[in-house]
Amino acid sequence: MTMRGRVWKFGDNINTDLIMPNVAYEYPPQEQPKFVFSANRPGWSAEVKKGDVLIGGSNFGTGSSRPAAKQLLGLGLAALVAESINGLFLRNCVNYGLPAFSCPGVSALFDEGDTAVIDYVEQAIANEKDNRTLSGSRLPPSLVKLTLSGGIVPLLRQEGFIQ
Amino acid sequence: MGMTMVQKIMARCSGRPQVTVGEIVSCRVDWAVEFDLPFARSHNRPVPLKVWDPSRIALIFDHLVPAPTIVMADGLKVARDFAKAQGIKHFYPEGRHGICHQVIAEMGFALPGGLLACGDSHTSASGAFNCAARGLGAMEMLYILCKGETWFEVCPTIRYVLEGKMPEGVYPRDVIHHVAGVYGEHINQNVEYAGPGLKHLDIAARQTIATMSTELSAEFATFEFDEQTESYLKGRAKEPYSPVYSDKDARFVDVRTIHLDQIEPQIVMPHFVPHNVRAVTEVAGLKIDQAFIGSCANGRIEDLRIAAQILKGRSVHSDCRLIITPASTQVAIHAAREGLIEIFLEAGAVFTNSTCGACNGGHMGLIGAGERCLTSSTRNFRGRMGSKDAEILMASPATVAASAIMGAVTDARTLF
Repeated sequence: MTMRGRVWKFGDNINTDLIMPNVAYEYPPQEQPKFVFSANRPGWSAEVKKGDVLIGGSNFGTGSSRPAAKQLLGLGLAALVAESINGLFLRNCVNYGLPAFSCPGVSALFDEGDTAVIDYVEQAIANEKDNRTLSGSRLPPSLVKLTLSGGIVPLLRQEGFIQ
Repeated sequence: MGMTMVQKIMARCSGRPQVTVGEIVSCRVDWAVEFDLPFARSHNRPVPLKVWDPSRIALIFDHLVPAPTIVMADGLKVARDFAKAQGIKHFYPEGRHGICHQVIAEMGFALPGGLLACGDSHTSASGAFNCAARGLGAMEMLYILCKGETWFEVCPTIRYVLEGKMPEGVYPRDVIHHVAGVYGEHINQNVEYAGPGLKHLDIAARQTIATMSTELSAEFATFEFDEQTESYLKGRAKEPYSPVYSDKDARFVDVRTIHLDQIEPQIVMPHFVPHNVRAVTEVAGLKIDQAFIGSCANGRIEDLRIAAQILKGRSVHSDCRLIITPASTQVAIHAAREGLIEIFLEAGAVFTNSTCGACNGGHMGLIGAGERCLTSSTRNFRGRMGSKDAEILMASPATVAASAIMGAVTDARTLF
């Protein structure tokens, strides 16, 4: 499955509290995404378009178990590729259905505004303008499938555990 | 090939003789512990219609106690209804509550050789008990509540060998800050703590270090079992247990020796943890507006005793406020019995009910724009404890108490 999207770049140590500040908890789920990065990049959440791609630095998603991955999905982001991704955050990406993988060197592959072409199944990413390509660390096929089917909720619903 | 502690637990829980690094394994969990926040409508998480085993699930109220807002009060009601409908056996609502990781310890859910599932990111705290435990997130907990199993990647392990003894005036919190400052993040790596220095680290010390291992972005953080673990669990353990030990020929990515006797009090600077640590002597004198002692990292009775020792007969600086939040109701009871609460109140500190509180900026001690907070809680991310335009520095409860008295970052050793 190939995705193509405009690149937004972020640096190292982007944490869950920047992605989903505590104040967002007081708002209905559909309004929460507007708070994404309001502390470190005010106004950004309004600029994101459906299908855009987030390129992160090292230690992306460090921090809390809060549903931060869901907020990135809520903004319409199609995928996250970072130098390295915190283990808990990566689990949350899978469980909410946001395609994400770590890929050392990915920051240098892009300038902001470039177009990324991503093969999530193969965990590969290319810059459309010069075709430079990198491969990330492989998620097992079962987790790729879980992500692409929308994460935990559809699975449990199908099996009758939740409404 | 030999296995590490965590590999052995994963092998048992997946019904396999051996697991090797790089594999993804499906594991049955021994205990599942849920907390209050995921039931708030902010999470938009469906409530399970049936659960895997109500006798192996605990529900502990911590982040939202007592409810600070209507949204959260509604969420607590959903949680209460869930506990009743499913017959959840181990339920700790208001009055029996505490930060889930501390209640998990006190009630004997975190057991040597066990696999404990909890959604909260600081679940690594239970690694202090030779238990495999890591943060899983609310959505994954939903799956575990329903099915009693989940997946793990078998990650490479770094072994920290602790040698010697911390000098007077140096605390476990300084040890883990030292590790963060020198070695930085540990993404996709398990850490284990062992060595002769363990005998000088009590259970509370191990809980602090295990909790803060989450801030290294580590996967599992697990301590070796010893007679202190055994003694703490006597009369508490929910069931018989079998400790695990790493094999002599287990493979580690690195084995690092930490000389406890060479560590100085450490401060984590704003707004991140890895490689962002300084000696207290380098930061001393920096003015602070708020000081906070609490959280699953450092809100235990041992922490409160240290704070009381420093605060006794002294006063919190007039330009600063000190908030102290016990990690559990049990900790608060001990603090009352030992006369610590009186010392805190006489010094001009605010002593609150047990909750996650100011640590995650939920309630009871938020900080405003332009303010600076020195805290013994878990995180210093921008905006974590309130305004995005505030600064958060982190230190041991001793450093925090001393700094509250002086109104500025202070080396507690100068006040003894």
